[in-house]
Amino acid sequence: MAYTETELAEELENSKYKYGFTSKFDTDRVEKGLNEDIIRQISSKKNEPEWLLEFRLEAYRNWRKMKEPKWAHVKYEKPKFDEITYFAAPQPKKKLDSLDEVDPELKEMYDKLGISIEEQKKLAGVAMDVVVDSVSVQTTFKDKLEEKGIIFCSFSEAVQNYPDLVKKYMGKVVPPNDNFYAALNSAVFTDGSFCYIPKGVKCPMELSTYFRINEAGTGQFERTLIVAEDNSYVSYLEGCTAPMRDENQLHAAVVEIIAMDDAEVKYSTVQNWYPGDKDGKGGVYNFVTKRGLCDGRNSKISWTQVETGSAVTWKYPSCILKGDNSEGEFYSVAVTNNYQNADTGTKMIHLGKNTRSLIISKGISAGFSENSYRGLVQINKNAKNARNFSQCDSLLIGDKCGAHTFPYIETKNNSSKVEHEATTSKIGEDQIFYCQQRGMDEEQAVSLIVNGYVKEVLNKLPMEFAVEAKKLLEITLEGSVG
Amino acid sequence: MLSIKNLKASIEDTEILKGLDLEVKPGEIHAIMGPNGSGKSTLASVLAGREDYEVTEGDVKFNGKDLLDLEPNERAGEGLFLAFQYPVEIPGVSNMNFLKQAINSIREYKGEDAIAAKEFLKKVKEKQDLVGLSGRLANRSVNEGFSGGEKKRNEIFQMAMLDPKLAILDETDSGLDIDALKTVADGVNQLRRKDNAFIVITHYQRLLDYIVPDVVHVLSEGKIVKSGPKELALELEEKGYDWLKEDEGVNA
Amino acid sequence: MSTTSKKDKFIANFMKNPVADAIGQQQTVREEAFQALRELEFPTLKDEAWKYTRVAGILNKEFEVKEVENPALSENYLIPDLKVNRLVFINGKFQSELSEIIDSDLDIKTTAQARFENHDAVGGYLGSLTNHKNEIFTALNTAFNQTGAFVQIQKNKKPQFPVHIIDVTEGEGVTYQPRNLFVLEEGAELDVIHTIEGDNGQSFTNLVNEFVIKENAKASYYQVQRNGEKNNHIQTTQVYQAQNSRFRTGTYTFGGKLIRNNVNIAVDGENCETILNGAFLLNGKQHVDNHTFVDHLQPHCESHENYKGIIGGKATGVFNGKVLVRPDSQKINAFQSNQNILLTEQAEINSKPELEIYADDVKCSHGSTTGQMDEEALFYLMSRGLTKAGAMGLMIQAFAAESIEIVEIEPLKQWIESLVEERCKEIQD
Repeated sequence: MAYTETELAEELENSKYKYGFTSKFDTDRVEKGLNEDIIRQISSKKNEPEWLLEFRLEAYRNWRKMKEPKWAHVKYEKPKFDEITYFAAPQPKKKLDSLDEVDPELKEMYDKLGISIEEQKKLAGVAMDVVVDSVSVQTTFKDKLEEKGIIFCSFSEAVQNYPDLVKKYMGKVVPPNDNFYAALNSAVFTDGSFCYIPKGVKCPMELSTYFRINEAGTGQFERTLIVAEDNSYVSYLEGCTAPMRDENQLHAAVVEIIAMDDAEVKYSTVQNWYPGDKDGKGGVYNFVTKRGLCDGRNSKISWTQVETGSAVTWKYPSCILKGDNSEGEFYSVAVTNNYQNADTGTKMIHLGKNTRSLIISKGISAGFSENSYRGLVQINKNAKNARNFSQCDSLLIGDKCGAHTFPYIETKNNSSKVEHEATTSKIGEDQIFYCQQRGMDEEQAVSLIVNGYVKEVLNKLPMEFAVEAKKLLEITLEGSVG
Repeated sequence: MLSIKNLKASIEDTEILKGLDLEVKPGEIHAIMGPNGSGKSTLASVLAGREDYEVTEGDVKFNGKDLLDLEPNERAGEGLFLAFQYPVEIPGVSNMNFLKQAINSIREYKGEDAIAAKEFLKKVKEKQDLVGLSGRLANRSVNEGFSGGEKKRNEIFQMAMLDPKLAILDETDSGLDIDALKTVADGVNQLRRKDNAFIVITHYQRLLDYIVPDVVHVLSEGKIVKSGPKELALELEEKGYDWLKEDEGVNA
Repeated sequence: MSTTSKKDKFIANFMKNPVADAIGQQQTVREEAFQALRELEFPTLKDEAWKYTRVAGILNKEFEVKEVENPALSENYLIPDLKVNRLVFINGKFQSELSEIIDSDLDIKTTAQARFENHDAVGGYLGSLTNHKNEIFTALNTAFNQTGAFVQIQKNKKPQFPVHIIDVTEGEGVTYQPRNLFVLEEGAELDVIHTIEGDNGQSFTNLVNEFVIKENAKASYYQVQRNGEKNNHIQTTQVYQAQNSRFRTGTYTFGGKLIRNNVNIAVDGENCETILNGAFLLNGKQHVDNHTFVDHLQPHCESHENYKGIIGGKATGVFNGKVLVRPDSQKINAFQSNQNILLTEQAEINSKPELEIYADDVKCSHGSTTGQMDEEALFYLMSRGLTKAGAMGLMIQAFAAESIEIVEIEPLKQWIESLVEERCKEIQD
């Protein structure tokens, strides 16, 4: 493991939002605002086939007719869609074959992010794709993956090199008109990651994408598509950071996963977009549509998320359990502090027989924040013997924040079993005192107790990510007691 | 080491300690006995710094420092340890992680370096044996799923690990069978040195068969009404506490 | 036809039966309701509060206020072995000859009478708790209600016997809107039993209750819904609790076509206890929606909620329970539970237990389960000689029992249990 606890402790001392730097490499961007011309420009810059341009335009036309969703328990100022730059790519935009060719400033940025690619290569064996302001700049380990027939590349590359695969699966799980932000993404997405695991292949390493918003006034609209063929396996990690800025930045991503017969996909996210300052100024709006389709029999999709960042989060990683005996999981930790707003949860749509789903959600609210779990469990007519268990716990730190639970449980099959439990409570004063009596200060005590509280979820993350997540929890909750 | 003068404390406007005096010197074991509601546990809580209690009057010096001015963790850093009557469960936090943080926090307070992993593990092994908890702690969360006896032994184990100057055992004997009681007492006796001290709070005399006190105090209605040698405990066991009440006037 | 004109047409039916003039505050409240009726629309599935219940079916029909010619009280409407102060309403009209008040000093009358007398409590409280400015069915009731029961219990008084209100609907195409008001002065106690009865005619009943429960007072309200099989019933019970008060309510549903129960409780004092339970045993194409809202405005209170759904036929059950803990309402203990059994393939349940918490020193939890009969237990009972129907009946009764336990009036409790037993047989047919 690359990280010791001492290092962790040191980092904590000068913590706050440490990813708040901007890097100053040249960028290639289209003019701000959105219309059909801009979309044509983006498409032509990316040298896209006609069908993809049509996909975008269709989505755009739908989006214009749609309204921003209002049902979420979040408060925010509506983004000004005309003020956003929908495409900003770091230059030079020539193809990069090795790390040595990467812009030195970009490289330096990776180091600041703590994701030195070289090191990652050596230590963890994680294949990594880095997306800065919507454009994928680096993918490591490509050769090794190719040997196995695994495709892991930027979305743009996939459009050029594997157009048939992209055409076949894109929009299958999240249709372009699914919701307001998915439609916006479908119209203007600029890059993202594409991942294809052939039949019978177990991906030998974690695949990882690191997303970063860098340019001011840009939105990030990436798109991830993961296709797992019969009897394959992949574990996919996603990390996110953004610089500190006064204005709000918009992030509207779409993630689609398709799992065929006996395939398994694990998708882990550590989300740390800039949450805004102590007074709630600035921060990222994180409006994301993530959905997995368990298309095949015995397939499995598992979402794990640690949400510590963003001013506003609106995110429901979901599973459509279509294949018989398929399985969906959702493990979530959402932490909000200061003036953050999070409305997050999942949807488990049971369509096939003997489908199972598990939801474990841990919400922690501090400061003046609002933290809601919103989840749908839907057992449809044909989902014989479907099973669901949900456990949603909320922890309150301080008396100026809110913690809410909004489950929707719809059951249309009488052979199914659905169980939902939720609790809301305060962080235990006796626990804090016990820790203090053993020598820890109050903040240490809170952090220790919170880490214990979310352990069940953190345990689901790969080791490197778990350490990062733990660190982020501590940073997020800093100053929340006393 | 510990000097308490005219300590008065209340909880939600009810006065519990009504002018308590106590002197504890290094190397001593003091037993505090008394009927239910006499203020025994309040004394322990006030010394450890529990927020619910308000100190309205009095002075507590611990190794020359004003104890009441310190945060609970600073008191721990100064070497004060409270073995809780009801040890707290902390789900998801492993015993080892908890202890390591505790040790390092105290070391940091004293300006010492963090404990080396090897040394820590060695110490854990050694002290676990002392209280008969060998191998039973590593993968479990703090006090979660522990039996009553295990919780109390875990308190003594933590005490051994943290090596305090003054340990207060708050009814550590309650709910223990005789074997667990002996284990706890053995632990305390082995830790007993010339430079540390213990305050053993108990309702019953039986623990004092195994931990022999230098002084026995009787606490009643928020004050120490009688102090004496270890034989006093036996007398209390025989006669109960009522005879002291008539005596109170003489002592006070 | 647009929804607006549909609304106008629907409301026009009520206009045929003008309501007696009210005085003072009552007239203001009524005008507010009329204003709301002009501005509001009837809800659709797009309204979060009506996500699972479609009322369009009610709006498409024509209903009228109609009196019956020879009012009579069926023996079947009475609760065995229970002495009560009985108020009977048929098609919304008070039947004094069928009613009986046995507590001599009980201040009980119809809301129409109280209004006519310009009773202080009616002027002060009727419409004071309801959301008639924003909720269209409450507005409809507030605008057009004719009468109902009015009970005021004076300081530290307790009637010897419970008040039993019987609302009967008879005939085809009938509608009416009962309006009941219960005022408990400090330290008063009152038990109210409300039974809903009816024949097989199509009908629409829109009931509103208001409970004002002052300091140290204790009230209970049990509604037993044996509505006719084509009755559409919307009821809103609005409760205000001052400090140290206690309120318990049970809603037990056996009949009706479409039923929507709104129970809204504002707990506006410290040290209150609130219990709200319910059971719904559904069959055929019944649709029953239980909406509850406990609003904790003050600290140091306790609320318990327990709803049981047993759904057969092609019926649909809905449970939407919300607990709101306002900022600074510390030390709240709130528990919410909804358990359901689906008996048939066509049965459906939508459960939405919600917690909205703005204070940290609280203990709140909820649970929702949906499942089926325990096969193992069923087999065990059958191996001991019970028929399948008998065994299932026994298990359903056991399942529902927890929600009935809170009924403190023993004969009532037994009667509800016997209704559950009867209903079990119907559901399984």
